[in-house]
Amino acid sequence: MAELNQDSGKKGKGGKVRSKKNGGKVDLTAMVDLAFLLITFFMLTTSLNKPQAMDVAMPDKNKMDASDNLEIADNRSITLLLGSDNKILWYYGQLKSPITPPTAIDYGKDGLRKVITEMKAKVPAAAGGKDLIVVIRPSEKSVQRNLVDVLDEMKIVDIKRYMISKITSEEIDVLKRENLYND
Amino acid sequence: MGKAKVKRSSTSIDMTAMCDVSFLLLTFFVLTSTARQPEAFPVDTPASTTKDKLPDTNLGIITIGGEGKVFFGVKEREVRKRMLERMSAKYNVQFSEEDYTKFELAEDFGVPIKNLRQLLTLEASQRVLPGVQPGIPIDSTENNTNELYHWVQSARLATAEITKEKEGEKNFVDPGPMKIAIKADANEKYPSINLVIESLRNQKQNKFSFVTGLKGNE
Repeated sequence: MAELNQDSGKKGKGGKVRSKKNGGKVDLTAMVDLAFLLITFFMLTTSLNKPQAMDVAMPDKNKMDASDNLEIADNRSITLLLGSDNKILWYYGQLKSPITPPTAIDYGKDGLRKVITEMKAKVPAAAGGKDLIVVIRPSEKSVQRNLVDVLDEMKIVDIKRYMISKITSEEIDVLKRENLYND
Repeated sequence: MGKAKVKRSSTSIDMTAMCDVSFLLLTFFVLTSTARQPEAFPVDTPASTTKDKLPDTNLGIITIGGEGKVFFGVKEREVRKRMLERMSAKYNVQFSEEDYTKFELAEDFGVPIKNLRQLLTLEASQRVLPGVQPGIPIDSTENNTNELYHWVQSARLATAEITKEKEGEKNFVDPGPMKIAIKADANEKYPSINLVIESLRNQKQNKFSFVTGLKGNE
């Protein structure tokens, strides 16, 4: 279909060495196909590599309250302590007398997501219709990826109330006991 | 012999022109996808399922990487100049007209303000060499030692000032206050990120975004 005509060149070769010339017509359809494929590839990847933004809203800093702790009902809050080695320690209720004692879980579908979905279903029944509050406490040994994963899970499981707050020294001790406070 | 003779024209079309156009388009897309300044500190952000794009305008990006190094950049050029003027007054460091012009072109930077003049004398390709930019000083206070706090504050105030000045102009759309995004490396430990978050909270900037890559739904 598409052609490119070449001059056959040396006519004086005679009949001896017949170089392989296909009559001087090159089919360009394949070249055009390739060019369009490349265009489509670059068109898509330039919009794909624009970075995404995940919105975060922190509570207002009350300069009087140094402890940065809000009063929340025990039976509707679970606390996630982000430890080292990509593990989370979670407990339900207050640390001093938890309804579910601190248990270590992984990130991802089988760990964190499963626990949160279960608690999301359980809490309204136990706390008189009110929905689940998740308190996220990153430790000094957790990394950015951990925090982003947890915030991502909040969005995936559709948790409406969650907050990032400062980890307490007792919680750090619990992490150390479970060997989740390593560098 | 029939009266109506169907004239058979050649069915082969010359595709050379089509080929030319497609390569032109290709070159265009290849060039627009790579035509940006090298970032001062390349950072590998974690992935998330969020699909909201980072805004292109009216944005300040704080980059955190390499065990606590902090870099800062503002998208709008006018804001860059005004921000530097404010910082120059606050920290009592003088810049020449040439410095201001160079700073307006810099997408981001990560040096203490006293070394900024020296950084601006370097070429863009030399600035991104490892070790040249050690990061903006940051701590948990609101004093002049926490330079990042003041850079962000100056940027926000500069944006508000410029918006106010342009208010009278025709067809002016108020872009609102400057948005802040934090672009942190996936393996960066929480304390460095917390210092930046606290610096933002201290100036009542409680809303910001994390820059992430795209992740498919598991």
